[in-house]
Amino acid sequence: MEQDKLRTRVFIALWSAFVVLLVYLPLACVALASVSKGRYFAFPIRAFSWEWWEKTTDSIEISMIVENSLLVAAVVTVFSVVIAFFGALAFARYDWKGRKLYQKLILLPVFFPQPVLGLALLLAYSALGITTSWMTAVFAHMVWIVPVVTLVIAIKVYGFDPSLEEAAFDLGASRVEVMTNVTLPLLWPGIWSGALFAFLLSWGNFPLSLYTAGADSTVPKWLYAKMVAGYSPMVPALGTMATLAAAAVLLGGALLGAIVKKARAA
Amino acid sequence: MSNAMTETTLAGAPEAARAPLSARFAALWAAAGVRCAVPVVVLLAAGFLAPLIAIFAYSFAPPRSFDVFRAFSLANYAELFSPDNTVWLSFAWSIGFALVTCALLAVISYPIAYGMVFLFGRWSSLVSVLFVFPLFVSENVRLYGWVLFFIKNGVLDGSLKWLGLGGAPEVLYTPGAILAGMVYTYLPFMLFPLTLGLSMVPRDLIDAARDLGANRFQIWREVEVPLAMPGILIGMLLTFVLAIGAVSEAKILGGQSVIVISHDIEIAFTYAQNWPLGSALAVLVTAFIGALTLAVFARLDLDRLLGRR
Repeated sequence: MEQDKLRTRVFIALWSAFVVLLVYLPLACVALASVSKGRYFAFPIRAFSWEWWEKTTDSIEISMIVENSLLVAAVVTVFSVVIAFFGALAFARYDWKGRKLYQKLILLPVFFPQPVLGLALLLAYSALGITTSWMTAVFAHMVWIVPVVTLVIAIKVYGFDPSLEEAAFDLGASRVEVMTNVTLPLLWPGIWSGALFAFLLSWGNFPLSLYTAGADSTVPKWLYAKMVAGYSPMVPALGTMATLAAAAVLLGGALLGAIVKKARAA
Repeated sequence: MSNAMTETTLAGAPEAARAPLSARFAALWAAAGVRCAVPVVVLLAAGFLAPLIAIFAYSFAPPRSFDVFRAFSLANYAELFSPDNTVWLSFAWSIGFALVTCALLAVISYPIAYGMVFLFGRWSSLVSVLFVFPLFVSENVRLYGWVLFFIKNGVLDGSLKWLGLGGAPEVLYTPGAILAGMVYTYLPFMLFPLTLGLSMVPRDLIDAARDLGANRFQIWREVEVPLAMPGILIGMLLTFVLAIGAVSEAKILGGQSVIVISHDIEIAFTYAQNWPLGSALAVLVTAFIGALTLAVFARLDLDRLLGRR
């Protein structure tokens, strides 16, 4: 029996490690290709060089595209977190007629293929005579990201004790005071991870940007255009940079969150 | 008292019926939950519902025209359902890929989800970060990595040659490669709902079943699966629905050897400039996905699923 249990444990641990390896294998291949010298990729790599990284960082076109992506992600994050914060309160904090329906409505865009959503938005924009640009891409991203962030914050709201708010009201706090002194500090970790999700999901989004960003390009959109046009070592170089940037944001965000948590506890 | 009020309301109809409506609206607005829900509902009405209405309206415009709302025609649907149209083939490919993806992912993710809930302890948050992170890298970069792995003189082929084992088999640009790409892309969408579902299974119950002599398979069938069902359902639905609409896998790993349904829609919208036909196709996909999603949602209690944490 005990031996049986041990065997299950070992199997599950090995299997999980194997799948994690497979998940990161293609990213490692992309990173390898980005530091290989020469115009074409061949393995085993004969000579390493940073030349494609340098060419990528020197390119004015690419720095414009990176700025676009950052701008879109930043605007999406600000709007999404504000809307999703209230959305999460409606999802999990308050009891109101229609809440169960609302909870399911919010999930619908998540359960919908993004290429189809992007094309439908493109058609709606043109029917309304709106020229697509990075701003329409922001809106498109929000349709998908606001529900995700709402869920992320809502999970935190479930663990939140509403009687704390009521106690503050009873002690004479105003609505704004309750919000800034009770609700926001308690929900802060959920809001912070929601913001990280919003930024990073927008940064990495491809299908929605492809159809709704118009003439403006984002990093994933540019990478795709180059991939289809034939091999260029700038694709793995920029792809690796974008991946590392996302990892840095995630690590930095988690670290900052942990520091703030510690400072609060002290 | 309340009886009297009802009677006056009834007696005053229909002229007085307008006042209760605004009063009812005021009462609705007084609920804090409603006020909090408004921004999200407005966003989704404008960004999700309106585009769906737009494709619905466009699907009834005459083929190759932009005369939406001005003319009514069933020609697009007639074209889709006509026997010599091969669009059903794309549909069949997409549904086939989605079904197999869903089944494979359930098998692949279940042990990992089980480990994250019951075995990994404090390591499980690290494991979940490792599985979340790929979502922040656009799928085309990740799929491109597989191209570099499998391509001639790529990582696999080069390694095998270097070891003197001959070259790697040609797997790129086949349906199998597309399928693998989908399994790879949608792994987190199965894994996390499964962990959510499995965390609804009390560990004591599993231990009790084991103490009473149930074997691993019996515990799985009689305890874990029924209790984790909401999570399993969500994971299956999510991966199935997303895989139906997937297109990057077929384009990047499939080299367009197979045309999936979203690709057909995209062709109609872009190269072919036949928006009404593309819309009709999109309406069919949306109706299929919508019916499935609503049927599963009707059976779910999200408070129970998400609130247990």
